[in-house]
Amino acid sequence: MSDWRRVRLHVVTGKGGTGKTTVAAALALALARDGGRVLLCEVEGRQGLARLFDTGPLPYEETPVAVAPGDGDVLALAIDVEAALMEYLQMYYRLGRAGRALDRFGVIDFATTIAPGVRDVLLTGKVFEAVRRRGADGEPVYDAIVLDAPPTGRITRFLNVNTEVAGLAKVGPIRRQADAIMRLLRSRGTAVHLVTVLEDMPVQETTDAITDLTAVRLPVGGIVVNQVRDSPLDPTTRKSVTEGTLAPRELLPGLAATGLEPHGETVPAALISAAEEHVERLEREEQLTGEVEGLGQPVYRLPHATEGIDLGALYELADALCEQQMA
Amino acid sequence: MTSTRARGRTRRFDVDALLDDPATRILVCCGSGGVGKTTTAAALGLRAAERGRSVVVLTIDPARRLAQALGLRELDNTPRPVDGTGGSGDLDAMMLDMKRTFDEVVEQHASPDKARQILDNPFYQALSSSFAGTQEYMAMEKLGQLHAQAESSGSWDLIVVDTPPSRSALDFLDAPEHLSSLLDGRFIRLLLAPARGPARLLSAGFGAVTAALNKVLGAQVLTDVKTFVAAFDTLFGGFRQRAEHTYALLQESGTAFVVVATPEPDALREATYFVERLRADRMPLAGLVVNRVQPDPLPKLGAWLAEEAALRLAEHHPGEHDAAAGLLRVHAERARIRHRQDRLRRGFTAAHPQVPCVEVLSLPGDVHDVAGLRRVGTLLSTGLAAG
Repeated sequence: MSDWRRVRLHVVTGKGGTGKTTVAAALALALARDGGRVLLCEVEGRQGLARLFDTGPLPYEETPVAVAPGDGDVLALAIDVEAALMEYLQMYYRLGRAGRALDRFGVIDFATTIAPGVRDVLLTGKVFEAVRRRGADGEPVYDAIVLDAPPTGRITRFLNVNTEVAGLAKVGPIRRQADAIMRLLRSRGTAVHLVTVLEDMPVQETTDAITDLTAVRLPVGGIVVNQVRDSPLDPTTRKSVTEGTLAPRELLPGLAATGLEPHGETVPAALISAAEEHVERLEREEQLTGEVEGLGQPVYRLPHATEGIDLGALYELADALCEQQMA
Repeated sequence: MTSTRARGRTRRFDVDALLDDPATRILVCCGSGGVGKTTTAAALGLRAAERGRSVVVLTIDPARRLAQALGLRELDNTPRPVDGTGGSGDLDAMMLDMKRTFDEVVEQHASPDKARQILDNPFYQALSSSFAGTQEYMAMEKLGQLHAQAESSGSWDLIVVDTPPSRSALDFLDAPEHLSSLLDGRFIRLLLAPARGPARLLSAGFGAVTAALNKVLGAQVLTDVKTFVAAFDTLFGGFRQRAEHTYALLQESGTAFVVVATPEPDALREATYFVERLRADRMPLAGLVVNRVQPDPLPKLGAWLAEEAALRLAEHHPGEHDAAAGLLRVHAERARIRHRQDRLRRGFTAAHPQVPCVEVLSLPGDVHDVAGLRRVGTLLSTGLAAG
């Protein structure tokens, strides 16, 4: 049973370099299992999803990118802000010729890049539309939407479109739209998941983001600790490395048994110094694990993929998320 | 043309030669988010200062502990001396306050009445505190100011700039031009037209456009925009000119771009975009810094060999050589990571053999004091022999 079964909008953020796009994709695959239909959205124009799923640049169109075990579907959408504005205008105002004129007068460019907040209202607005869309049978078209959101440093401002727009539009349709989006984002149907790795700055940013999100009443979801590595050291060896009691010569019989040339004690000494750095990092990682677990949110762990992420690795990560009941 | 021999080897980025050259006046550190850009900028600044330069470092959004290391306790938009530096030079540091920088530009260039009108305008307030490109624009503006100040007072002979954590590293170069062209663009001109000229300039289409905008945004927004534009009108030319001036400054030979990356596909891809863009814009690229390279003290003991040796120990001598097996596995994992990093970095080098490159080994912890920055500076200068 998933920890987030009420949630239909999963927002995934994280510090740059922590792998939030990978986690968003794995979560989408996990949620799509056993007949699910999941939309995975990106909003930063980086085409990160296309690269991850090894396909050509995604158009502004919901495109199937992967199937999940048990007849599930993942569709991806790269939300383009200008296209979203035109679509919005057509949908709500049936602008016709005036819509095209907007572009001619540079209004589209103006509205999407300079008018503060409008950009984010449009990007989150498209996600909002997908969450609420219903098919002919009256059922939601998607079982879940996963948003590969901007990084932690910008996430609260991005999601808190209301305040951004409030400074600008106090009444009118843009304001009404912003209010409706905020109601969805603050509801129990939304969770903002945070991706981190066990390093100082990403964990600090995760902590800060939780404070910021909570302050504006946005629902914090799970914390995904990405790129976790198990230590190959047994407890006794780890202890002797930590305490500095492992002497290079103690490794010589072992190396001799493998047939590796120790070059005097050069090789064992280098192996020990590498292990010392390894142990130092392990200790820091354990402290940081403690900090992450103390944040009061469910924590999920994903293993490090030494060889990089390909489609096969994504399915393995999706499995890991299912096993830990994130999906 | 590159000789066959040189092709496989990277040119080494000689950081000290760059810092010591009195002709180097501006260093711009750029790259994607999370690659250690700010730390690199601060470490370069510190190293330059300790080698005798008078340096100011402009940081955009430093991590809290790095800010503390630089003595940046408050965001007051003014360079302050950094404590604890050695050597003959000196180091000032500051954190960019984008709204304040914008406000100051307005205050300096408009009459007090006009300035008040602009600063109180809701559209201006939103624009100056939240527009995605404002940070880039104001970083450029601040760089221009620091440069003018350095030239007139002789206070600094080297300015090191960190760039904003944008969606794309290229935003730093594009946003100022984009913002000024928008503020000076056709739409704004048309909005102003009734106040300035004969109504016949307005096409019928534009009437429909403003009607549509009013419908969507609400009438009050357009009124705010119009009021802002009317008040800001006299400043437009100046703004544009300043952005162009700073852009030209970036093309001068005294400027050096340092592209920062990590040995990961995304970061190196961004670095590649940036390198290609700098070339297209004829901007001087000094070199590439690759941070967080996995140390590998035993390059001759390959990952597979070590892994296999550990397996053999476990299979043939179970429980006898746990320490040796464990340590071989630790080495194997590090060697595998390093191997992948080297392959990625070589891919960059193959495409851009002319770009000097320095690799910096990853440190076990974060940098949060001057001593830590000094250590990064040393690593930058000695580097790994890339290639």
